[in-house]
Amino acid sequence: MDRKKKAQLVRHFTEAIPFSNALSMRLDELGEGDAVISMPHDDRFVGDPATGVIHGGAVSALMDTTGGAAVMSHPDAPVVTATLDLRIDYMRAATPGQRIVCRAECYHVTRSVAFMRAWAHDDDSDNPIATATGAFTADGGKTTDKSAGAPT
Amino acid sequence: MRRPEPVQVVKERRDAALAALVDRVPYIGFLGVHFDRRGDELTAVLPYTETLIGNPALPAIHGGVTASFLEVTSIIELGWVLLWEEIESGTRPIEDITPETLPRLPKTIDFTIDYLRSGLPRDAYARARINRSGRRYASVHVEAWQDNRTRLFAQATGHFLMPAGDG
Repeated sequence: MDRKKKAQLVRHFTEAIPFSNALSMRLDELGEGDAVISMPHDDRFVGDPATGVIHGGAVSALMDTTGGAAVMSHPDAPVVTATLDLRIDYMRAATPGQRIVCRAECYHVTRSVAFMRAWAHDDDSDNPIATATGAFTADGGKTTDKSAGAPT
Repeated sequence: MRRPEPVQVVKERRDAALAALVDRVPYIGFLGVHFDRRGDELTAVLPYTETLIGNPALPAIHGGVTASFLEVTSIIELGWVLLWEEIESGTRPIEDITPETLPRLPKTIDFTIDYLRSGLPRDAYARARINRSGRRYASVHVEAWQDNRTRLFAQATGHFLMPAGDG
């Protein structure tokens, strides 16, 4: 598949994810093995009403989506993937009202696994809110129990 | 000897405390998660809706939904244990449980999700177990399943910073 066609496919897939749309995510940049996706502040996504800070789970969803897009955009990875594991470290609370921007990089792909890391920040881009590392499937959906979703 | 409290009084107190804890978190309502209570045991329930989908081709629940569901379950379990102590020891009458007086929620330090199989388009359930809870830090393990309790579709371990107490 040529590069342009693959980028189009990944963009199309990423922009059609229902839960990412429910969180109002926006695909800002898509490279070859890296992606930037951002999410606005929304009172519905708040996890701690005492502070108005966005729930960690919403940040996790942003990290997972951006990581998946970075993996799919990698030249050596297929345009179908599933998360195997994801570790998120929370450095600080996101400032209420500010957009959360996540940058993910797929830094290695084997025949079956893609490895990625991601950073999220708000307006203070030098001071991350959270970082993540994850492993994603990269076998083109051959492992039916992970990727096909059919009950076995 | 004190007479045991009427069962209805006990149930109402516990249900009111749980509702106060859960209802104040907007993101829990956004996901549509609710909690079943049996004594002090909580089971988080995530009813399936189409907005939870991450891969429409399969279809499968978004990995971020699974992560959110597991993290919500962990935080509520930690908050519930703190609150249970207060309402059951009699130090805090249920009338005093308001959004302002509820214990502050724990903060996530890190959270590691293990995706075991894809989340199917149906309801999901989760239960958290607190493996260690100190004054400042807590370690929680949480499991999620759909049709079969023994066939987990995801599990996670997280560390949490506990809210500062009075002492």
